Amino acid sequence: MGPNRTYLLIAPAMLVIGIFMVLPLFLAVAYSFMTANPYGGVTAPATFDAYLQFLYQRDFDDGLVFSPSYALIILRSIYLAIATTAICLVLGLPVAWYIVCQTPERRRILLFAVTLPFWINTLIRTYCWILILRDEGLANGALRHAGIISDPLPLLYNDGSILLGLVYTFLPFMVLPIYSTLERIDPRLIEAAHDLYASRAAVFRRIVWPLARPGALAGATLVFAPALGSFLAPDLLGGGKKLLIGSLIQMQFTSSRNWPFGAALSTVVTVVVLTVFVIRSRKAQEERR
Amino acid sequence: MTGAKPFDWRHTPGLSAYTALIFVFFYAPLLILVIYAFNSSRLVTVWAGFSFKWFVAVANNNSIRDAAFNSVIIAIVATIASTAIATAGALALERGRLRFGRSAATALIAMPLVVPEIVVAITTLIFFSGLGMHHGLINLMIAHTVFCIPFALLPIQARLRDMGGTLEEAGRDLYADEWRLFRRVTLPLLLPAISAGAIMAFVVSLDDFLISMMVSSAGSTTLPVYIYGMMRLGVTPEVNAISTILLAVSIVFVAAALLVGRRNRFA
Repeated sequence: MGPNRTYLLIAPAMLVIGIFMVLPLFLAVAYSFMTANPYGGVTAPATFDAYLQFLYQRDFDDGLVFSPSYALIILRSIYLAIATTAICLVLGLPVAWYIVCQTPERRRILLFAVTLPFWINTLIRTYCWILILRDEGLANGALRHAGIISDPLPLLYNDGSILLGLVYTFLPFMVLPIYSTLERIDPRLIEAAHDLYASRAAVFRRIVWPLARPGALAGATLVFAPALGSFLAPDLLGGGKKLLIGSLIQMQFTSSRNWPFGAALSTVVTVVVLTVFVIRSRKAQEERR
Repeated sequence: MTGAKPFDWRHTPGLSAYTALIFVFFYAPLLILVIYAFNSSRLVTVWAGFSFKWFVAVANNNSIRDAAFNSVIIAIVATIASTAIATAGALALERGRLRFGRSAATALIAMPLVVPEIVVAITTLIFFSGLGMHHGLINLMIAHTVFCIPFALLPIQARLRDMGGTLEEAGRDLYADEWRLFRRVTLPLLLPAISAGAIMAFVVSLDDFLISMMVSSAGSTTLPVYIYGMMRLGVTPEVNAISTILLAVSIVFVAAALLVGRRNRFA
Protein backbone atom coordinates (compact mmCIF):
# COMPACT_ATOMS: atom_id res chain seq x y z
CA MET A 1 0.00 0.00 0.00
CA GLY A 2 1.44 3.33 -1.02
CA PRO A 3 1.84 6.26 1.37
CA ASN A 4 -0.91 8.28 -0.32
CA ARG A 5 -3.47 5.56 0.11
CA THR A 6 -2.31 4.98 3.67
CA TYR A 7 -2.91 8.58 4.63
CA LEU A 8 -6.28 8.50 2.86
CA LEU A 9 -7.30 5.50 4.99
CA ILE A 10 -6.14 6.93 8.31
CA ALA A 11 -7.54 10.41 7.57
CA PRO A 12 -11.21 9.78 8.54
CA ALA A 13 -10.27 8.47 12.00
CA MET A 14 -7.87 11.34 12.63
CA LEU A 15 -10.26 13.98 11.31
CA VAL A 16 -13.28 12.75 13.27
CA ILE A 17 -11.36 12.46 16.54
CA GLY A 18 -9.38 15.64 15.85
CA ILE A 19 -12.45 17.77 15.10
CA PHE A 20 -14.94 16.34 17.57
CA MET A 21 -12.66 15.50 20.49
CA VAL A 22 -9.34 17.35 20.40
CA LEU A 23 -10.68 20.65 19.06
CA PRO A 24 -13.36 20.76 21.80
CA LEU A 25 -10.62 20.24 24.41
CA PHE A 26 -8.93 23.43 23.19
CA LEU A 27 -12.27 25.22 22.96
CA ALA A 28 -12.84 24.36 26.63
CA VAL A 29 -9.49 25.95 27.49
CA ALA A 30 -10.66 29.12 25.72
CA TYR A 31 -14.01 29.02 27.53
CA SER A 32 -12.23 28.75 30.88
CA PHE A 33 -10.89 32.29 30.37
CA MET A 34 -14.31 33.82 29.66
CA THR A 35 -16.99 35.30 31.88
CA ALA A 36 -19.95 33.15 32.87
CA ASN A 37 -23.30 33.85 31.30
CA PRO A 38 -25.98 33.24 33.97
CA TYR A 39 -28.18 31.62 31.30
CA GLY A 40 -25.46 29.12 30.34
CA GLY A 41 -22.57 29.59 27.97
CA VAL A 42 -20.01 32.38 28.20
CA THR A 43 -19.67 36.07 27.38
CA ALA A 44 -16.90 38.64 27.10
CA PRO A 45 -14.67 39.89 28.73
CA ALA A 46 -11.81 37.44 29.13
CA THR A 47 -10.73 36.93 32.76
CA PHE A 48 -8.82 34.61 35.08
CA ASP A 49 -11.85 34.44 37.36
CA ALA A 50 -12.50 30.76 36.77
CA TYR A 51 -9.03 29.83 37.97
CA LEU A 52 -9.17 32.29 40.89
CA GLN A 53 -12.32 30.49 41.97
CA PHE A 54 -10.23 27.44 42.86
CA LEU A 55 -9.02 29.30 45.96
CA TYR A 56 -11.02 32.51 46.29
CA GLN A 57 -14.59 33.68 46.27
CA ARG A 58 -15.89 37.11 45.32
CA ASP A 59 -17.65 38.89 48.17
CA PHE A 60 -20.30 41.61 47.75
CA ASP A 61 -17.72 44.35 47.24
CA ASP A 62 -16.14 42.32 44.45
CA GLY A 63 -13.13 41.69 46.68
CA LEU A 64 -11.42 38.28 46.78
CA VAL A 65 -11.92 36.20 49.92
CA PHE A 66 -9.94 33.05 50.52
CA SER A 67 -12.24 30.05 50.31
CA PRO A 68 -10.68 26.59 50.10
CA SER A 69 -13.88 24.58 49.58
CA TYR A 70 -13.21 23.87 45.88
CA ALA A 71 -9.54 23.16 46.51
CA LEU A 72 -10.63 20.66 49.15
CA ILE A 73 -12.92 18.93 46.66
CA ILE A 74 -10.02 18.64 44.23
CA LEU A 75 -7.71 17.26 46.93
CA ARG A 76 -10.38 14.79 48.06
CA SER A 77 -10.83 13.60 44.46
CA ILE A 78 -7.10 13.05 44.06
CA TYR A 79 -6.94 11.26 47.42
CA LEU A 80 -9.86 8.98 46.53
CA ALA A 81 -8.42 8.25 43.07
CA ILE A 82 -5.06 7.29 44.62
CA ALA A 83 -6.79 5.15 47.26
CA THR A 84 -8.82 3.43 44.54
CA THR A 85 -5.64 2.72 42.58
CA ALA A 86 -3.85 1.28 45.63
CA ILE A 87 -6.79 -0.94 46.63
CA CYS A 88 -7.22 -2.18 43.06
CA LEU A 89 -3.51 -3.05 42.92
CA VAL A 90 -3.63 -5.02 46.17
CA LEU A 91 -6.86 -6.81 45.21
CA GLY A 92 -6.01 -7.31 41.53
CA LEU A 93 -2.42 -8.58 41.59
CA PRO A 94 -3.20 -11.97 43.23
CA VAL A 95 -6.13 -12.49 40.83
CA ALA A 96 -3.89 -11.83 37.81
CA TRP A 97 -1.31 -14.27 39.19
CA TYR A 98 -3.99 -16.90 39.80
CA ILE A 99 -5.21 -16.62 36.19
CA VAL A 100 -1.64 -16.91 34.86
CA CYS A 101 -1.24 -20.20 36.77
CA GLN A 102 -4.26 -21.84 35.11
CA THR A 103 -4.53 -24.02 32.00
CA PRO A 104 -5.12 -22.11 28.72
CA GLU A 105 -8.78 -23.13 28.57
CA ARG A 106 -9.46 -21.95 32.12
CA ARG A 107 -7.48 -18.79 31.49
CA ARG A 108 -9.81 -17.90 28.64
CA ILE A 109 -12.91 -18.37 30.78
CA LEU A 110 -11.47 -16.41 33.70
CA LEU A 111 -10.30 -13.59 31.45
CA PHE A 112 -13.77 -13.37 29.95
CA ALA A 113 -15.21 -13.19 33.47
CA VAL A 114 -12.82 -10.34 34.37
CA THR A 115 -13.51 -8.45 31.12
CA LEU A 116 -17.29 -8.81 31.14
CA PRO A 117 -17.97 -6.21 33.88
CA PHE A 118 -16.16 -3.64 31.74
CA TRP A 119 -18.83 -4.04 29.05
CA ILE A 120 -21.71 -3.77 31.50
CA ASN A 121 -23.19 -0.35 32.03
CA THR A 122 -21.39 1.52 34.85
CA LEU A 123 -24.67 3.17 35.74
CA ILE A 124 -26.25 -0.21 36.46
CA ARG A 125 -23.16 -1.61 38.19
CA THR A 126 -23.09 1.40 40.51
CA TYR A 127 -26.85 1.24 41.14
CA CYS A 128 -26.51 -2.37 42.37
CA TRP A 129 -24.62 -1.07 45.40
CA ILE A 130 -27.52 1.21 46.32
CA LEU A 131 -29.67 -1.92 46.54
CA ILE A 132 -27.14 -3.47 48.92
CA LEU A 133 -26.05 -0.49 51.01
CA ARG A 134 -29.14 1.70 51.52
CA ASP A 135 -30.99 1.78 54.85
CA GLU A 136 -33.61 -0.75 53.70
CA GLY A 137 -30.99 -2.59 51.64
CA LEU A 138 -29.66 -6.10 51.71
CA ALA A 139 -26.71 -5.51 54.07
CA ASN A 140 -28.71 -3.68 56.72
CA GLY A 141 -31.57 -6.14 56.33
CA ALA A 142 -29.26 -9.10 56.92
CA LEU A 143 -27.61 -7.47 59.93
CA ARG A 144 -30.99 -6.62 61.44
CA HIS A 145 -32.25 -10.11 60.76
CA ALA A 146 -29.23 -11.56 62.54
CA GLY A 147 -30.01 -9.33 65.50
CA ILE A 148 -26.68 -7.54 65.33
CA ILE A 149 -28.19 -4.08 64.88
CA SER A 150 -31.57 -2.52 65.54
CA ASP A 151 -31.14 0.73 63.60
CA PRO A 152 -29.73 0.70 60.07
CA LEU A 153 -26.05 1.57 59.70
CA PRO A 154 -25.34 4.56 57.43
CA LEU A 155 -23.51 2.53 54.79
CA LEU A 156 -24.38 4.80 51.88
CA TYR A 157 -23.47 8.42 51.10
CA ASN A 158 -19.95 8.57 52.55
CA ASP A 159 -16.37 8.36 51.33
CA GLY A 160 -16.34 4.62 52.00
CA SER A 161 -19.28 3.91 49.71
CA ILE A 162 -17.76 6.12 46.99
CA LEU A 163 -14.47 4.25 47.31
CA LEU A 164 -16.27 0.92 47.14
CA GLY A 165 -18.07 2.00 43.97
CA LEU A 166 -14.83 3.19 42.38
CA VAL A 167 -12.95 -0.04 43.19
CA TYR A 168 -15.88 -2.08 41.91
CA THR A 169 -15.95 -0.13 38.66
CA PHE A 170 -12.24 -0.07 37.89
CA LEU A 171 -10.79 -3.31 39.30
CA PRO A 172 -10.85 -5.08 35.88
CA PHE A 173 -8.59 -2.29 34.52
CA MET A 174 -5.93 -3.39 36.99
CA VAL A 175 -6.19 -7.16 36.58
CA LEU A 176 -5.94 -7.24 32.78
CA PRO A 177 -2.67 -5.32 32.20
CA ILE A 178 -0.93 -7.15 35.08
CA TYR A 179 -2.11 -10.44 33.61
CA SER A 180 -0.80 -9.59 30.16
CA THR A 181 2.73 -8.90 31.46
CA LEU A 182 2.80 -11.89 33.83
CA GLU A 183 1.57 -14.17 31.07
CA ARG A 184 5.01 -13.98 29.45
CA ILE A 185 6.76 -15.26 32.57
CA ASP A 186 9.31 -18.03 32.00
CA PRO A 187 8.44 -20.93 34.35
CA ARG A 188 12.09 -22.00 34.37
CA LEU A 189 12.96 -18.81 36.28
CA ILE A 190 10.68 -19.80 39.14
CA GLU A 191 11.84 -23.41 39.12
CA ALA A 192 15.47 -22.29 39.18
CA ALA A 193 14.73 -19.94 42.09
CA HIS A 194 13.05 -22.77 43.94
CA ASP A 195 15.98 -25.10 43.32
CA LEU A 196 18.13 -22.44 44.92
CA TYR A 197 15.93 -22.60 48.04
CA ALA A 198 14.05 -19.35 47.45
CA SER A 199 10.90 -19.09 49.54
CA ARG A 200 7.54 -18.21 48.00
CA ALA A 201 7.95 -14.68 49.33
CA ALA A 202 11.38 -14.40 47.75
CA VAL A 203 10.09 -15.74 44.42
CA PHE A 204 7.37 -13.13 44.50
CA ARG A 205 9.69 -10.28 45.46
CA ARG A 206 12.57 -11.14 43.14
CA ILE A 207 10.81 -12.63 40.08
CA VAL A 208 7.05 -12.12 39.93
CA TRP A 209 6.85 -8.51 41.10
CA PRO A 210 9.62 -7.15 38.80
CA LEU A 211 7.80 -8.78 35.88
CA ALA A 212 4.41 -7.53 37.01
CA ARG A 213 5.55 -3.95 37.58
CA PRO A 214 5.08 -2.59 34.04
CA GLY A 215 1.58 -4.08 34.01
CA ALA A 216 0.86 -2.65 37.45
CA LEU A 217 2.02 0.73 36.21
CA ALA A 218 -0.24 0.50 33.17
CA GLY A 219 -3.11 -0.65 35.36
CA ALA A 220 -2.51 2.19 37.81
CA THR A 221 -2.86 4.81 35.08
CA LEU A 222 -5.94 3.06 33.66
CA VAL A 223 -7.57 3.12 37.11
CA PHE A 224 -6.37 6.53 38.30
CA ALA A 225 -7.42 8.53 35.22
CA PRO A 226 -11.11 7.56 35.08
CA ALA A 227 -11.38 7.43 38.89
CA LEU A 228 -10.22 11.04 39.10
CA GLY A 229 -12.98 12.25 36.79
CA SER A 230 -15.65 9.80 37.88
CA PHE A 231 -19.19 11.06 38.13
CA LEU A 232 -21.47 8.12 38.86
CA ALA A 233 -19.89 6.76 42.06
CA PRO A 234 -19.87 10.14 43.86
CA ASP A 235 -23.27 11.05 42.45
CA LEU A 236 -25.18 7.84 43.21
CA LEU A 237 -23.20 6.42 46.16
CA GLY A 238 -22.09 9.77 47.58
CA GLY A 239 -25.61 11.11 47.31
CA GLY A 240 -24.48 14.13 45.29
CA LYS A 241 -23.62 15.89 48.56
CA LYS A 242 -20.05 14.70 48.84
CA LEU A 243 -18.76 16.26 45.63
CA LEU A 244 -15.78 15.10 43.63
CA ILE A 245 -14.29 16.90 40.62
CA GLY A 246 -16.43 14.88 38.20
CA SER A 247 -19.72 15.84 39.82
CA LEU A 248 -18.49 19.40 40.43
CA ILE A 249 -17.74 19.82 36.70
CA GLN A 250 -21.11 18.37 35.74
CA MET A 251 -22.86 20.80 38.12
CA GLN A 252 -21.28 23.83 36.45
CA PHE A 253 -23.03 22.92 33.21
CA THR A 254 -26.40 22.13 34.80
CA SER A 255 -27.62 23.67 38.06
CA SER A 256 -24.75 26.12 38.73
CA ARG A 257 -24.50 27.47 35.18
CA ASN A 258 -20.88 28.50 35.48
CA TRP A 259 -19.38 27.22 32.24
CA PRO A 260 -15.96 28.93 32.58
CA PHE A 261 -15.39 27.38 36.01
CA GLY A 262 -16.49 23.96 34.73
CA ALA A 263 -14.20 24.36 31.72
CA ALA A 264 -11.30 25.37 33.98
CA LEU A 265 -11.83 22.33 36.22
CA SER A 266 -12.03 20.01 33.24
CA THR A 267 -8.86 21.55 31.78
CA VAL A 268 -7.04 20.83 35.03
CA VAL A 269 -8.29 17.22 35.04
CA THR A 270 -7.21 16.77 31.41
CA VAL A 271 -3.75 18.16 32.09
CA VAL A 272 -3.29 15.91 35.14
CA VAL A 273 -4.48 12.79 33.29
CA LEU A 274 -2.42 13.43 30.15
CA THR A 275 0.66 14.11 32.30
CA VAL A 276 0.16 10.80 34.11
CA PHE A 277 -0.11 8.97 30.77
CA VAL A 278 2.98 10.67 29.33
CA ILE A 279 5.05 9.88 32.43
CA ARG A 280 3.89 6.29 32.25
CA SER A 281 4.79 5.81 28.59
CA ARG A 282 8.21 7.40 29.24
CA LYS A 283 8.75 5.01 32.13
CA ALA A 284 7.57 2.04 30.10
CA GLN A 285 10.08 2.94 27.38
CA GLU A 286 12.87 3.24 29.94
CA GLU A 287 12.10 -0.17 31.40
CA ARG A 288 12.08 -1.74 27.96
CA ARG A 289 15.60 -0.49 27.31
CA MET B 1 12.56 -30.47 50.31
CA THR B 2 10.92 -33.01 52.54
CA GLY B 3 7.30 -32.72 51.35
CA ALA B 4 5.77 -35.69 49.55
CA LYS B 5 4.32 -33.52 46.82
CA PRO B 6 6.71 -32.11 44.24
CA PHE B 7 7.00 -28.32 44.23
CA ASP B 8 4.30 -26.73 42.10
CA TRP B 9 4.66 -22.98 41.67
CA ARG B 10 1.32 -22.86 39.89
CA HIS B 11 -0.42 -23.63 43.14
CA THR B 12 -0.45 -21.03 45.90
CA PRO B 13 -2.37 -22.04 49.04
CA GLY B 14 -5.57 -20.04 49.49
CA LEU B 15 -5.31 -18.24 46.19
CA SER B 16 -8.20 -20.01 44.50
CA ALA B 17 -10.49 -19.21 47.42
CA TYR B 18 -9.35 -15.59 47.28
CA THR B 19 -9.98 -15.35 43.54
CA ALA B 20 -13.41 -16.91 43.99
CA LEU B 21 -14.19 -14.18 46.52
CA ILE B 22 -13.18 -11.47 44.04
CA PHE B 23 -15.49 -12.99 41.42
CA VAL B 24 -18.29 -13.03 43.98
CA PHE B 25 -17.53 -9.33 44.51
CA PHE B 26 -17.82 -8.78 40.74
CA TYR B 27 -21.01 -10.71 40.12
CA ALA B 28 -23.06 -10.94 43.34
CA PRO B 29 -24.32 -7.33 43.11
CA LEU B 30 -25.52 -7.95 39.55
CA LEU B 31 -27.21 -11.18 40.61
CA ILE B 32 -28.97 -9.36 43.46
CA LEU B 33 -30.28 -6.79 40.98
CA VAL B 34 -31.65 -9.52 38.73
CA ILE B 35 -33.32 -11.33 41.64
CA TYR B 36 -34.97 -8.11 42.83
CA ALA B 37 -36.23 -7.41 39.32
CA PHE B 38 -38.33 -10.59 39.50
CA ASN B 39 -39.71 -9.77 42.95
CA SER B 40 -43.44 -9.13 42.81
CA SER B 41 -43.44 -6.85 45.88
CA ARG B 42 -43.22 -3.10 45.36
CA LEU B 43 -41.08 -2.97 48.50
CA VAL B 44 -37.95 -3.97 46.64
CA THR B 45 -36.22 -5.75 49.51
CA VAL B 46 -39.16 -7.83 50.75
CA TRP B 47 -39.50 -11.02 48.72
CA ALA B 48 -43.12 -11.68 47.79
CA GLY B 49 -42.83 -14.26 45.05
CA PHE B 50 -41.61 -14.51 41.47
CA SER B 51 -43.19 -12.19 38.94
CA PHE B 52 -42.68 -10.77 35.45
CA LYS B 53 -44.96 -7.84 36.16
CA TRP B 54 -42.24 -5.16 36.37
CA PHE B 55 -40.94 -6.20 32.97
CA VAL B 56 -44.48 -5.85 31.61
CA ALA B 57 -44.75 -2.42 33.25
CA VAL B 58 -41.46 -1.38 31.66
CA ALA B 59 -42.52 -2.65 28.23
CA ASN B 60 -45.74 -0.65 28.47
CA ASN B 61 -44.00 2.56 29.51
CA ASN B 62 -43.99 4.90 26.51
CA SER B 63 -41.17 7.10 27.78
CA ILE B 64 -38.92 4.08 28.20
CA ARG B 65 -39.87 2.85 24.74
CA ASP B 66 -39.04 6.24 23.20
CA ALA B 67 -35.72 6.40 25.03
CA ALA B 68 -34.86 2.84 23.97
CA PHE B 69 -35.73 3.71 20.37
CA ASN B 70 -33.40 6.75 20.48
CA SER B 71 -30.62 4.62 21.97
CA VAL B 72 -30.90 1.95 19.29
CA ILE B 73 -31.00 4.47 16.41
CA ILE B 74 -27.94 6.28 17.76
CA ALA B 75 -26.11 3.00 18.39
CA ILE B 76 -26.81 1.72 14.85
CA VAL B 77 -25.56 4.91 13.17
CA ALA B 78 -22.53 5.19 15.48
CA THR B 79 -21.68 1.51 14.94
CA ILE B 80 -21.76 1.72 11.15
CA ALA B 81 -19.80 4.99 11.02
CA SER B 82 -17.19 4.06 13.64
CA THR B 83 -16.63 0.54 12.26
CA ALA B 84 -16.07 1.86 8.72
CA ILE B 85 -13.66 4.52 9.99
CA ALA B 86 -11.91 2.03 12.28
CA THR B 87 -11.49 -0.60 9.54
CA ALA B 88 -9.80 1.93 7.27
CA GLY B 89 -7.65 3.18 10.14
CA ALA B 90 -6.59 -0.32 11.19
CA LEU B 91 -5.60 -1.16 7.59
CA ALA B 92 -3.50 1.99 7.39
CA LEU B 93 -1.79 1.34 10.73
CA GLU B 94 -1.04 -2.34 10.07
CA ARG B 95 -0.57 -2.53 6.29
CA GLY B 96 0.28 0.98 5.23
CA ARG B 97 3.52 2.85 5.05
CA LEU B 98 3.23 5.71 7.53
CA ARG B 99 6.60 7.32 7.22
CA PHE B 100 5.78 9.98 9.78
CA GLY B 101 2.88 10.52 12.11
CA ARG B 102 2.39 6.89 13.14
CA SER B 103 2.74 7.59 16.86
CA ALA B 104 0.65 10.74 16.49
CA ALA B 105 -2.10 8.73 14.78
CA THR B 106 -1.99 6.02 17.44
CA ALA B 107 -2.11 8.59 20.24
CA LEU B 108 -4.99 10.45 18.59
CA ILE B 109 -7.06 7.30 18.14
CA ALA B 110 -6.46 6.36 21.78
CA MET B 111 -7.68 9.78 22.97
CA PRO B 112 -11.28 8.68 23.62
CA LEU B 113 -9.92 5.94 25.90
CA VAL B 114 -7.57 8.26 27.79
CA VAL B 115 -9.55 11.45 28.37
CA PRO B 116 -11.98 11.07 31.30
CA GLU B 117 -15.60 10.76 30.25
CA ILE B 118 -16.74 13.87 32.11
CA VAL B 119 -14.20 15.94 30.16
CA VAL B 120 -15.34 14.48 26.83
CA ALA B 121 -18.94 15.13 27.87
CA ILE B 122 -18.59 18.81 28.71
CA THR B 123 -16.12 19.68 25.95
CA THR B 124 -18.47 18.12 23.40
CA LEU B 125 -21.32 20.14 24.90
CA ILE B 126 -19.24 23.32 24.64
CA PHE B 127 -18.30 22.49 21.05
CA PHE B 128 -21.85 21.92 19.83
CA SER B 129 -23.25 24.92 21.67
CA GLY B 130 -20.39 27.11 20.42
CA LEU B 131 -21.24 26.12 16.85
CA GLY B 132 -24.93 26.64 17.54
CA MET B 133 -25.64 23.00 16.70
CA HIS B 134 -28.78 21.95 18.55
CA HIS B 135 -29.74 18.84 16.62
CA GLY B 136 -30.34 16.43 19.47
CA LEU B 137 -30.04 13.01 17.91
CA ILE B 138 -27.48 14.05 15.27
CA ASN B 139 -25.20 15.57 17.92
CA LEU B 140 -25.44 12.34 19.88
CA MET B 141 -24.68 10.22 16.80
CA ILE B 142 -21.52 12.25 16.16
CA ALA B 143 -20.39 12.12 19.80
CA HIS B 144 -20.99 8.35 19.97
CA THR B 145 -19.15 7.70 16.70
CA VAL B 146 -16.06 9.43 18.13
CA PHE B 147 -15.75 7.34 21.29
CA CYS B 148 -16.73 4.09 19.51
CA ILE B 149 -13.80 4.30 17.06
CA PRO B 150 -11.07 2.87 19.35
CA PHE B 151 -13.34 0.06 20.54
CA ALA B 152 -14.09 -0.99 16.97
CA LEU B 153 -10.46 -0.56 15.94
CA LEU B 154 -8.77 -2.74 18.58
CA PRO B 155 -10.05 -6.18 17.48
CA ILE B 156 -9.55 -5.37 13.79
CA GLN B 157 -5.99 -4.19 14.34
CA ALA B 158 -5.21 -7.26 16.48
CA ARG B 159 -6.56 -9.57 13.77
CA LEU B 160 -4.54 -7.87 11.04
CA ARG B 161 -1.42 -8.26 13.15
CA ASP B 162 -2.17 -11.93 13.94
CA MET B 163 -2.82 -13.06 10.38
CA GLY B 164 0.30 -11.45 8.97
CA GLY B 165 0.70 -10.41 5.37
CA THR B 166 1.56 -13.71 3.69
CA LEU B 167 -1.82 -14.36 2.05
CA GLU B 168 -1.95 -10.81 0.76
CA GLU B 169 1.57 -11.18 -0.65
CA ALA B 170 0.48 -14.37 -2.38
CA GLY B 171 -2.42 -12.48 -3.93
CA ARG B 172 -0.09 -9.72 -5.06
CA ASP B 173 2.23 -12.30 -6.65
CA LEU B 174 -0.78 -13.46 -8.65
CA TYR B 175 -1.22 -9.94 -10.02
CA ALA B 176 -4.33 -9.02 -8.04
CA ASP B 177 -4.76 -5.25 -7.91
CA GLU B 178 -5.17 -3.56 -4.52
CA TRP B 179 -8.97 -3.41 -4.64
CA ARG B 180 -9.41 -7.06 -5.66
CA LEU B 181 -6.88 -8.05 -3.04
CA PHE B 182 -8.93 -6.26 -0.40
CA ARG B 183 -12.27 -7.65 -1.59
CA ARG B 184 -11.12 -11.24 -2.14
CA VAL B 185 -8.42 -11.78 0.48
CA THR B 186 -8.21 -9.20 3.26
CA LEU B 187 -11.89 -8.48 3.80
CA PRO B 188 -13.09 -12.09 4.08
CA LEU B 189 -10.29 -12.88 6.54
CA LEU B 190 -11.03 -9.73 8.48
CA LEU B 191 -14.81 -10.06 8.59
CA PRO B 192 -15.03 -11.86 11.97
CA ALA B 193 -12.87 -9.17 13.59
CA ILE B 194 -14.89 -6.40 11.91
CA SER B 195 -18.10 -7.97 13.25
CA ALA B 196 -16.58 -8.27 16.72
CA GLY B 197 -15.49 -4.62 16.59
CA ALA B 198 -18.93 -3.54 15.40
CA ILE B 199 -20.65 -5.41 18.23
CA MET B 200 -18.29 -3.84 20.77
CA ALA B 201 -19.00 -0.38 19.34
CA PHE B 202 -22.74 -1.09 19.53
CA VAL B 203 -22.54 -2.11 23.19
CA VAL B 204 -20.38 0.88 24.12
CA SER B 205 -22.80 3.24 22.39
CA LEU B 206 -25.88 1.62 23.90
CA ASP B 207 -24.40 1.77 27.41
CA ASP B 208 -23.02 5.30 27.31
CA PHE B 209 -24.49 7.49 29.99
CA LEU B 210 -22.40 10.53 30.91
CA ILE B 211 -21.65 11.91 27.45
CA SER B 212 -25.24 11.29 26.35
CA MET B 213 -26.60 13.05 29.41
CA MET B 214 -24.60 16.22 28.75
CA VAL B 215 -25.12 16.25 24.97
CA SER B 216 -28.77 15.16 24.74
CA SER B 217 -31.64 17.60 24.75
CA ALA B 218 -35.33 17.29 25.63
CA GLY B 219 -36.39 15.17 22.65
CA SER B 220 -33.29 13.00 22.42
CA THR B 221 -33.14 11.24 25.81
CA THR B 222 -31.36 7.90 25.57
CA LEU B 223 -32.22 4.85 27.65
CA PRO B 224 -29.36 5.11 30.20
CA VAL B 225 -30.12 8.82 30.67
CA TYR B 226 -33.78 8.01 31.27
CA ILE B 227 -32.87 5.21 33.70
CA TYR B 228 -30.60 7.62 35.59
CA GLY B 229 -33.55 9.99 35.95
CA MET B 230 -35.62 7.13 37.38
CA MET B 231 -32.81 6.19 39.80
CA ARG B 232 -32.61 9.75 41.09
CA LEU B 233 -36.25 9.43 42.19
CA GLY B 234 -35.51 6.33 44.22
CA VAL B 235 -35.17 2.56 44.14
CA THR B 236 -38.18 1.07 42.34
CA PRO B 237 -38.92 -2.35 40.85
CA GLU B 238 -39.22 -0.70 37.41
CA VAL B 239 -35.61 0.51 37.64
CA ASN B 240 -34.51 -3.00 38.57
CA ALA B 241 -36.40 -4.49 35.61
CA ILE B 242 -35.12 -2.08 32.96
CA SER B 243 -31.58 -2.34 34.36
CA THR B 244 -31.80 -6.13 34.16
CA ILE B 245 -32.87 -5.89 30.51
CA LEU B 246 -29.93 -3.63 29.65
CA LEU B 247 -27.59 -5.94 31.59
CA ALA B 248 -28.82 -8.97 29.64
CA VAL B 249 -28.44 -7.16 26.30
CA SER B 250 -24.81 -6.24 27.08
CA ILE B 251 -23.89 -9.77 28.15
CA VAL B 252 -25.52 -11.38 25.10
CA PHE B 253 -23.79 -8.98 22.70
CA VAL B 254 -20.34 -9.31 24.29
CA ALA B 255 -20.61 -13.11 24.29
CA ALA B 256 -21.64 -12.92 20.61
CA ALA B 257 -18.65 -10.71 19.80
CA LEU B 258 -16.36 -13.20 21.48
CA LEU B 259 -17.79 -16.15 19.57
CA VAL B 260 -17.78 -14.34 16.22
CA GLY B 261 -14.25 -13.06 16.80
CA ARG B 262 -12.98 -16.53 17.60
CA ARG B 263 -14.43 -18.11 14.46
CA ASN B 264 -12.02 -18.34 11.55
CA ARG B 265 -9.18 -17.86 13.92
CA PHE B 266 -6.87 -20.21 12.08
CA ALA B 267 -7.95 -19.33 8.56
